[in-house]
Amino acid sequence: MSDQHHSSEVGRPDDDGGAMNLPERFENPGLEPHRHRLGDSDPKIAKRSERQIVFIFLISVLASIGGLVGYFLIPVDEPNVLNVRLSTLVLGLGLGLGMLGIGVAAVQWARALMDDTEKIEDRHPMSAGSAVQQQAFEMLRDGAKEANVARRPVLKGAVGGALALAPLVYLVPLIGNLGADWDISKFAHTAWRPVRGGDPEMYYQGQFRYLALDPQDTRIRAADVTNNNIVHVIPRGLPEQEHYLEEKAKAVVLLVRVDPALLKESPERASWSYDGIVAYSKICTHVGCPVALYEQQTHHLLCPCHQSTFDITDAAKVVFGPAKRALPQLPIAVDEEGYLYATADFDEPVGPSYWQRER
Amino acid sequence: MLLLAFALVLVGGVYTAVTPTTAQADSLASADPAKGADLFRTNCSTCHGTGAVGSDLAPSLIGVGAASVHFQVTTGRMPMQANAPQAEEKPPQFSEAEALDMAAYIASLGPGPEIPTAEQVDPALGSPANGMLLFRTNCAMCHNAVGAGGALSEGKYAPSLMDSTPTVIYEAMLTGPQSMPGFNDAILSPEEKRDVIAFLIEQREPQPGGLSLGSLGPVSEGLWVFVVGLGVLIGFSVWIGSRSS
Repeated sequence: MSDQHHSSEVGRPDDDGGAMNLPERFENPGLEPHRHRLGDSDPKIAKRSERQIVFIFLISVLASIGGLVGYFLIPVDEPNVLNVRLSTLVLGLGLGLGMLGIGVAAVQWARALMDDTEKIEDRHPMSAGSAVQQQAFEMLRDGAKEANVARRPVLKGAVGGALALAPLVYLVPLIGNLGADWDISKFAHTAWRPVRGGDPEMYYQGQFRYLALDPQDTRIRAADVTNNNIVHVIPRGLPEQEHYLEEKAKAVVLLVRVDPALLKESPERASWSYDGIVAYSKICTHVGCPVALYEQQTHHLLCPCHQSTFDITDAAKVVFGPAKRALPQLPIAVDEEGYLYATADFDEPVGPSYWQRER
Repeated sequence: MLLLAFALVLVGGVYTAVTPTTAQADSLASADPAKGADLFRTNCSTCHGTGAVGSDLAPSLIGVGAASVHFQVTTGRMPMQANAPQAEEKPPQFSEAEALDMAAYIASLGPGPEIPTAEQVDPALGSPANGMLLFRTNCAMCHNAVGAGGALSEGKYAPSLMDSTPTVIYEAMLTGPQSMPGFNDAILSPEEKRDVIAFLIEQREPQPGGLSLGSLGPVSEGLWVFVVGLGVLIGFSVWIGSRSS
């Protein structure tokens, strides 16, 4: 009793003693008494509601007719192509108001005019009753006994075999359609990979791929890459190649010339740039968006998807954002005529992580 | 000997005929570098230094060219309003003639990109289709697919190109103002720059698609759906559930 008193004091600290008057258990107050609408007793108000509903239906009818009339009256062929906008607007308004009018009128009809007495239907119990349950259990037990699996091993094998084979019809084509090529090492290479006996238009000495402007596909002279510029690069001749877009998605590169004094290069990458010109993969190491927002004053490269920021002067290391690894660098050099070419493929796979990646 | 002299004269003649001095002469013909020098000394030298040699506050302007001066001054970016992350566009503080005077003065200090001719920026002469290809690769990541602009880091942003004049767009591509990298004539030829301008002007035509909501994509569209669309739905639900009097 004292416990009870204590808890009620905590609940209502200002009302001392008042808690003692609370009943042990609140009675279900039941439903509110039904209040009739004004229209139920006053035919004038009911009549007014009816007029309102008719009016809303009328709006719907007029809107539908207006939409149809607009369709026939507004020409959208040459030379009136810009009428498409007006025509679409009229059709949309006609259709929208036509439908909305029907809906609003129907709801208003139900609210204001239809019978409003509340009807109550109690839920029936979920359980089927013990007799029915007993019967169901017996049927299951009898079924298991009659099947007699233990005494027919051949039948058991046949069932197992059929069950094991059936899903293969689904699984084998699923894996097969991923490509008959099981050489997953190809994912570690791009179109920049040096070849033997390549087209001299596309490959320096038939071996090293030239850099070309995206989308013009013309070779790039090192002298044309000036200090505050940015150049979007594809491998030369890629647009004519098979699977162009797939290859492009892996091979796109950004070319920037930075003051060589600003460039922090590790000794092993010293030969990868040419006179301050550096080339980095444009594919973000986070989830593979094209990183291409270049701020030429800060030399920062931003990814538009999640704002990963890479420092071009410092091996494209991450300075902000969710990316974990620096952008892969493409080693470049110039030929006798001053055109840029790639001396090797990227030394690591481009883009986000996948199963074979160590870091 | 005579042949050599003839060859020299020929080469020199062809060189003078081919070098693009005409553009400069066109736009800066009536400009007065002396007046420009006066304007520069009064309005710009506090930051850019006397003789435009630069200071701790602002870079040297020797060799930036007439195009850069014309861009910065006629869009109101210079003189800069405050030491902010970015010089913002505002009503120009100088007339076109005064801007050209200053451009002539800066151009006289050292060669640099020139103001384009009217023909070089005429959108009617460019190909919007090719311009779209170039814009998509080189510009859209910062300036948005139709040139509506977008955010960069630390308060900087790529401005909308919807109201920029063709000349100003050309000059921005050529000179690379502020955070923007430049696109020299070897990377985007003058014809390709004109194609880009033609594409951008084409985006301003009345759109057959109705309300563009700023052409900002899912951000403004989503906001519209959540605020207006869901608001209307909630309103209807409350009305349907309420009692009729």
